[in-house]
Amino acid sequence: MRIEDHPILSFPEEEEVTFTYEGREVTGRTGETIASALHNQGIIELRKSGDKNRSRGLFCAIGKCSSCLMKVDGVPNVRTCITEVREGMEVEKQSGFPELPSSERKLNPGPIDSEKTEVLVIGSGPAGLRSALTAARAGAQVKIVDENPFLGGQLVKQTHKFFGSSEEEAGQRGIGIGEELTEKVEKEKKIDVMTSASAVGIYEGSVGIYVNRKKFVSIEAEKIIVATGAIEDTIRFPNNDLAGVYGAGGVQTLMNLYGVKPGSSALMVGAGNVGLIVAYQLLQAGVDVKGIVEIASEIGGYFVHAAKVRRAGVPILTNHEVVRVAGEEKVERATIAEVDEDGNRLEGSEKNYEIEFLALGVGLSPSYRLLHHAGCELTLDRRLGGYVPRKGPRMKTSREDVYAAGDVTGVEEATSASLEGAIAGADAAITLGKGGKREEETVEKAREELAGMRSGPYYEGIRKGVKEVRLERD
Amino acid sequence: MNETNWKVSGKLKPGEIQLPSEDRLEEGPVAVAECPQQIPCDPCSQHCPVGAIDMEGLNDTPTVNFEACTGCSICVQYCPGLAIFLLDCSPKDGCDVTLPFEFDLPQVGEEVEGLDRKGKPIASATVKDVRTREESAGDTPTVTVRVPEEYVNRVRNIRRRK
Repeated sequence: MRIEDHPILSFPEEEEVTFTYEGREVTGRTGETIASALHNQGIIELRKSGDKNRSRGLFCAIGKCSSCLMKVDGVPNVRTCITEVREGMEVEKQSGFPELPSSERKLNPGPIDSEKTEVLVIGSGPAGLRSALTAARAGAQVKIVDENPFLGGQLVKQTHKFFGSSEEEAGQRGIGIGEELTEKVEKEKKIDVMTSASAVGIYEGSVGIYVNRKKFVSIEAEKIIVATGAIEDTIRFPNNDLAGVYGAGGVQTLMNLYGVKPGSSALMVGAGNVGLIVAYQLLQAGVDVKGIVEIASEIGGYFVHAAKVRRAGVPILTNHEVVRVAGEEKVERATIAEVDEDGNRLEGSEKNYEIEFLALGVGLSPSYRLLHHAGCELTLDRRLGGYVPRKGPRMKTSREDVYAAGDVTGVEEATSASLEGAIAGADAAITLGKGGKREEETVEKAREELAGMRSGPYYEGIRKGVKEVRLERD
Repeated sequence: MNETNWKVSGKLKPGEIQLPSEDRLEEGPVAVAECPQQIPCDPCSQHCPVGAIDMEGLNDTPTVNFEACTGCSICVQYCPGLAIFLLDCSPKDGCDVTLPFEFDLPQVGEEVEGLDRKGKPIASATVKDVRTREESAGDTPTVTVRVPEEYVNRVRNIRRRK
């Protein structure tokens, strides 16, 4: 269902496109994804799993998990969450392990194009865009690739105002920051942009890009900045794979980017900042949020985010966990229970909720796989969210030509991602012989601001983690 | 449920908030910050035109100097956490509470429900002023409601009647 009125966002009428789902005609809007159009039609189950034939729906909605794979125009395993719907498209539910199409033409991408750039930025969130702008301003030729059909990463759905220092755009809504950065990038002549383009491997001297599900491009780059962000985590409970169990960020993408509500009643799991913020945004979209379930004994996110949902009447159930969700084909109800300080379930404390969906705001893990493929040294640090690259003070990884910036180096705030991007972009330009005094100042200032951001008690874990994974180089 | 700690409950108790004196409230509007946690954020103190909000560093909590505060509501409009409210007990028939409000805006003159920090309706409130997002210096819409005097420290949200 489409969101009609929203206090912050407006969803302009886009031209209608007609495509087929399981042979019948359905409509979507120009610019939205297949998954978004299907959700609007109430089609939540997108495929059946391989070995147990279990229902699968949308989860992350940003191309990082494999929950939404469908058959599109005869080609299986298409990520429908990042593939734009087009007139005449044939979309089919995928069941089990799909057969590859018989037509070789559909699979053979044809000749591989070769391109060159001085700096290649992978990912266009705050870290990617800021690094590209900083490097380009120093005179470097920059190319940005992003596998989503748009620039801005997750900024495009952040309707809340950001914290941080007034010098770093505090008080501005994330969407506004994303729009500003995107506009600057589009105006910058030294930046070339490729969207709907997935970086599939970082080799010696080149990066493989799969563009528009059609062709491969090999990009030779002198410096590579990996700003791939993070992927949403899940937790264990029976039926956690049922359609209607979403990542909180996945729900946010659907409602704030495409104006589609996944349902009219929900439970949020996780009282960290993501859970609190998305719960509030669900209220703004007109969803009845029954509560926020948090296994810890304290709220993990900022107090001010918690206070907003509390005064809107949403209970935050600390010391509670999800027992199970249930439903035919999709989530219809959830059972939660209280737990003691040791995490043991209290007998008789089970509560049932009739809900249309469950959103999981239970943490994020850095999207490190390209860095792993590139041979960059990784290390596990729970405080930073999982496997992260070891990196120097100027964001350089263990590989001379590869930088990493933003959530891929440790899950933090958009503001810190942007600052890390500035450092990476400036240093890449400097080592290419492009940057000068201004770039050195950029590095110095961003490092100071980062230290300031991380200096409070809330960021103690991040502070320690960042220090721990530091590569003593540069 | 343990309601003694804001890290557990997500709400402050009046005793945990820095409040102006009754005399100051009767003089006219004054800002009250419900921001007890050290997080990196400073727009309220940066934007206050009279320097009435003290904050030592980016991660410190704000302290409002009630005597210096002119009640202009700029901080209410800027605060990213929607955590600052304007209180004014100068009206004879109650007190005005100006709150950040990012939902469907009510009309001036409308009767709405005044909600407490848990979202519970506790008082009837009359909308006295509405500032839209476009009119707001800091991109946050605000609503001013008049509530009975005894609710000035309790009403922190509103709900439109259906």
